[in-house]
Amino acid sequence: MSKNQEFVKFDKVDKSYDGKVLVVKDLNLDIAEGEFITMLGPSGSGKTTCLMMLAGFETPTNGEIFLDKNPISNIPPHKRGIGMVFQNYALFPHMTVYENLAFPLKVRKINKDDIDKKVDKALSMVSLSGFENRMPGQLSGGQQQRVAVARALVFDPQVVLMDEPLGALDKNLRESMQYEIKHIHENIGVTVVYVTHDQSEALTMSNRIAVFNDGKVQQLSSPDKLYEEPVNSFVAEFIGENNTFAGEVTNFQKDQCKVKLSNGSEIIANPISVNSNGEKTTVSLRPERALINTTNKMDNNFKGKIEEVIYHGDHTRVRIDLLGNKEFILKVPNSSANMDIKMGNEINVSWNSHDARALDPK
Amino acid sequence: MSSETGKILTTDGIPLEVSLKKAERKNKIKAFLLVAPLLLFLLITYIFPIGDMLMRSVDDKMVTEMLPKTFKSMEKWDGNEMPPEEVFEAFYLDFQKLVEEKRDGKLSTQLNYTKNGFKSILKKLRRKAKNFEEGNYKDQIMAVHKRWADVEYWRAIKRRAPAFTSAKYLKGMDMYKNEEGEIVSVEEDRRIHRVLWLRTLEIAFFVTLLCFLMAYPIAHLLATLPMKYSNLLMICVLLPFWTSLLVRTASWMILLQQQGVVNDFFVMIGLVADDNRPEMMYNKTGTYVAMTQILLPFMVLPLYSVMKTISPSLMRAGKSLGGTPFVTFWKVYFPLTIPGIGAGCLLVFILAIGYYITPALVGGASGTLISNQIAFHMKSTLDWSFASAMGLMLLAGVLAIYWVYNKLVGIDNIKLG
Repeated sequence: MSKNQEFVKFDKVDKSYDGKVLVVKDLNLDIAEGEFITMLGPSGSGKTTCLMMLAGFETPTNGEIFLDKNPISNIPPHKRGIGMVFQNYALFPHMTVYENLAFPLKVRKINKDDIDKKVDKALSMVSLSGFENRMPGQLSGGQQQRVAVARALVFDPQVVLMDEPLGALDKNLRESMQYEIKHIHENIGVTVVYVTHDQSEALTMSNRIAVFNDGKVQQLSSPDKLYEEPVNSFVAEFIGENNTFAGEVTNFQKDQCKVKLSNGSEIIANPISVNSNGEKTTVSLRPERALINTTNKMDNNFKGKIEEVIYHGDHTRVRIDLLGNKEFILKVPNSSANMDIKMGNEINVSWNSHDARALDPK
Repeated sequence: MSSETGKILTTDGIPLEVSLKKAERKNKIKAFLLVAPLLLFLLITYIFPIGDMLMRSVDDKMVTEMLPKTFKSMEKWDGNEMPPEEVFEAFYLDFQKLVEEKRDGKLSTQLNYTKNGFKSILKKLRRKAKNFEEGNYKDQIMAVHKRWADVEYWRAIKRRAPAFTSAKYLKGMDMYKNEEGEIVSVEEDRRIHRVLWLRTLEIAFFVTLLCFLMAYPIAHLLATLPMKYSNLLMICVLLPFWTSLLVRTASWMILLQQQGVVNDFFVMIGLVADDNRPEMMYNKTGTYVAMTQILLPFMVLPLYSVMKTISPSLMRAGKSLGGTPFVTFWKVYFPLTIPGIGAGCLLVFILAIGYYITPALVGGASGTLISNQIAFHMKSTLDWSFASAMGLMLLAGVLAIYWVYNKLVGIDNIKLG
């Protein structure tokens, strides 16, 4: 049986809380069965609202959400069969771990033996076997997190929603939990909708990422595409580091254009969202795509002055005054060939025009 | 390391414990001096007077001191037959001394508490005793009145010999020690205190229940509504709380009386006929209505403070896991509010059980509580020892409830805010 490509479907969904401002604008989003999709965006971008609409705690002001082709706007949350992991875990503090996990099974009137089996299975999945009789207050943050994940999965829901579930954990724990959740997803193949504002989390875990801003999906694509080929300057800015030049298109061709910068110099760029001469544009270039003192042949070569050098161990970040941009960042690998990086030195910087993406103006 | 002695020493060689005590002594003295004024105030105005008042409930020294010789001579008397001559002589001497000091009135009041009929025969004895001849006091006293020849009255005197008595407590439960020293109940038609105790418990219980039923939704609204509405609601709850108790009770009198606002309204909407207005005051109804309203904030506030700490995501989690709104409320929300329920109910019940002003003003005859009876004995009959005995019984009842609550729910689970 082929996987349903429109397992969850947002169809022209609008949401407004006060009748004045649209928090979510004309959202169209298809989520495939078994997919791990992340809604990524700054706070206030509407991503959590989307999740709450899917869970049933908020109703769309306009449009419809479909789950496996059935409209769900009129189904109350407890009948949707969607598991959810909350930001602060929302474990029931007066129940033991076992009772927390048994709650969704008991309300479904499953018999005691099956409940025991399912709870056992779910706990071993998050490697917490033997913790049945602990109270949530006796567990560490990471353990509570895993109980919350197990509880959201124990009743075999079709979709699991996760609302910034790792926000309260420290960095190391967060990273190991990221892998753990990813592996659980791979093992049981449940559809996961994950909300976060942490881009590295999104890049690590997801099949696809929907970048939200201002109530709209700015770009929906796989992590690598999102990083390498951002379609607008918001995505380019939000995901990873980014050097920008503001300018005007002068020599527009189909796969290459020239951009005149404010200081008069021209660079060659890859036209993405510009179509004609005279358009304002922001050229975006990833720091690791620009090289210094290279012998490779590249079509953009400029001289810059080193303003700041920050040592990072395996690499060195260099801030350069280049073409009027004093915030131009370079990442230089730590090797003996790059010993002459000193403050105040002049340096050659080169990049391929294909990597310099001419996007919409900021 | 001084592992041989087992004591840890400081670098100067002083044992650590000694050094620590020395270092903390100054702080301890400071702390004590800071609380000393309050402690003194409490001792003088609170602990000492209450202790003294409570002592009165068992103190029976008054009669013991008034008839010292009599009680001494009675020690050998077994109480079966009439006492011997020496008792009569001792009683005559004690009594004459009291008459000289003009304290015989007090004696007759006290003895009359023990057995009715002492007042008149003591009066008669005082008149006749002036002409008594020396010797053979037994016959002379018995000749004054036939009750003086009744052994029951002498037994009644003997019963007052101990310096401490439980009679007031027994009276508080409509019981007394009869002539044989057994504890028995008073006749059915004279049992007023038991009815009052039961009524007090009943009213306190139902007021607590009513408060709980009304406060729970309000507290829930307070905890979940957006700020601007919940603040307004909070003021609605607190405003009466800040208003004087007397003012509120008086307003209830205006509202509830037969020609009052509530009755007018009932007549207006045609619920009752104008000539058949229900009595809602000077009975239990009035007490229930006014007390529930007055005690409501004491239930709302602890509930609110507990509900405020319950994260709304818990209810959402319950629903997303498949619990219907009711199941989620009952299994998740309600158990988490139990500390607040416990605190609120305990607070309201304890306040209700000792409530005085409101039942006194709107309660009438059928709506008064045990506290009104205590006040009656304090102010009207001046039987302070009985009043303090009942007060102590009330206190013991409250402590018992507290103890039971602690056993059932655990006092650590209480949250007042």
